[in-house]
Amino acid sequence: MSFVAIIIGSVLVNNFVFMRFLGICPFLGVSRQLSTATGMGMAVVFVMTLASAITWVFHHLLLVPFGLEYLQTVVFILVIASLVQFVEMVIQKISPPLYQALGIYLPIITTNCAILGVALINVRQHYAFLESVVNGLAAGIGFTLAIVLFAGVRERLEFADVPPAMKGVPIALVSAGLMSVAFFGFQNLFRALLP
Amino acid sequence: MRGLWADFKNGLVAENPVLRLVLGMCPALAVSTALMNGFWMGVAVIFVLTGSNLLISLIRGFIPSRVRIPCFIVVIATFVTAVDLTMNAFLPEMHHILGIFVPLIVVNCIILARAEAFASRRPVLNAVADGLGMGLGFTLALMVVSAVREILGTGNLVINGVALFGKGLPFDPAKVMVLPPGAFITLGLAVAALNYLTRKPSARRLGSREEVRA
Repeated sequence: MSFVAIIIGSVLVNNFVFMRFLGICPFLGVSRQLSTATGMGMAVVFVMTLASAITWVFHHLLLVPFGLEYLQTVVFILVIASLVQFVEMVIQKISPPLYQALGIYLPIITTNCAILGVALINVRQHYAFLESVVNGLAAGIGFTLAIVLFAGVRERLEFADVPPAMKGVPIALVSAGLMSVAFFGFQNLFRALLP
Repeated sequence: MRGLWADFKNGLVAENPVLRLVLGMCPALAVSTALMNGFWMGVAVIFVLTGSNLLISLIRGFIPSRVRIPCFIVVIATFVTAVDLTMNAFLPEMHHILGIFVPLIVVNCIILARAEAFASRRPVLNAVADGLGMGLGFTLALMVVSAVREILGTGNLVINGVALFGKGLPFDPAKVMVLPPGAFITLGLAVAALNYLTRKPSARRLGSREEVRA
């Protein structure tokens, strides 16, 4: 499978938020403002790419050779949790400005199901190492695209006159549904390219 | 030991994890394409939530507070693995349909939230009651959303392989309802409906939900 197909697939066609429903909690929680949404997106791209690489290594060099695939969930979540902690410490040491930008988003990323999701998808699709990394990067970009676009919509929604019962989460979900319709268009657009 | 019933009831409507606290949205959106999917996802979550609440409440005195989150995650992941393997063995078709959302229960915010906010500071029985209530609330919300989506999207409702409406209801099914857009819209309207139905007793609840989410 070519890298282009993986990238288009994960960014647009199978967008993590709108098509696969991964990472909905941060998508709803951190999309009130464009600036925080961008920060969260960047942090997710960063961690997702690293997590794809490192879980691939753990899965293929540790779990598979010893026949321990059934420990996948436990190992992956621990690896991701430690990775996030580690990344946080490293960034804090080597790049304080980057830490200021991403720091507050890193702790909540551990329970972002998109990170574990991309690791599991990589394994289930039998991606090779580079394909996994590219898929992680593309999935992160797809998440960022979704959350940044949605933050733009949501900043407007704050001033919209909606019925009291629809305020907040309900109207956000319905708007996300409409955006999901838009993303659905990509499904056919790239059908020729994808398997 | 008091208030078991209150702890149990709390998760059903007042603090329904999906419709009120807006936690665990990923599976609620992803697997709610058919009633049975929602039901089995709910059963898996009830098991994991009750089990992890029970175990975490039992060992809460031994966990140093600095490493409590990793400990909770290991406990939760263990129960999730048990559910994953059991489903794979006895319900292979359902396991295939639910796909990665079974292992992803481990990062379901409801579970960790209840472990942190409830199980790690309450007696065992209360923690179990809370787990059962929250799990049941999750299941109910999922079943309502998936029943609506299945009826509108396919014109029928299938329970255990038996179609309830025979050849289907007399309208053209809107296929969009079983596709991703339908998930967002149905869940959004479900949250709004619960807000609307429960708004009278107190406007305070709307406020408290906003705080939880923020």
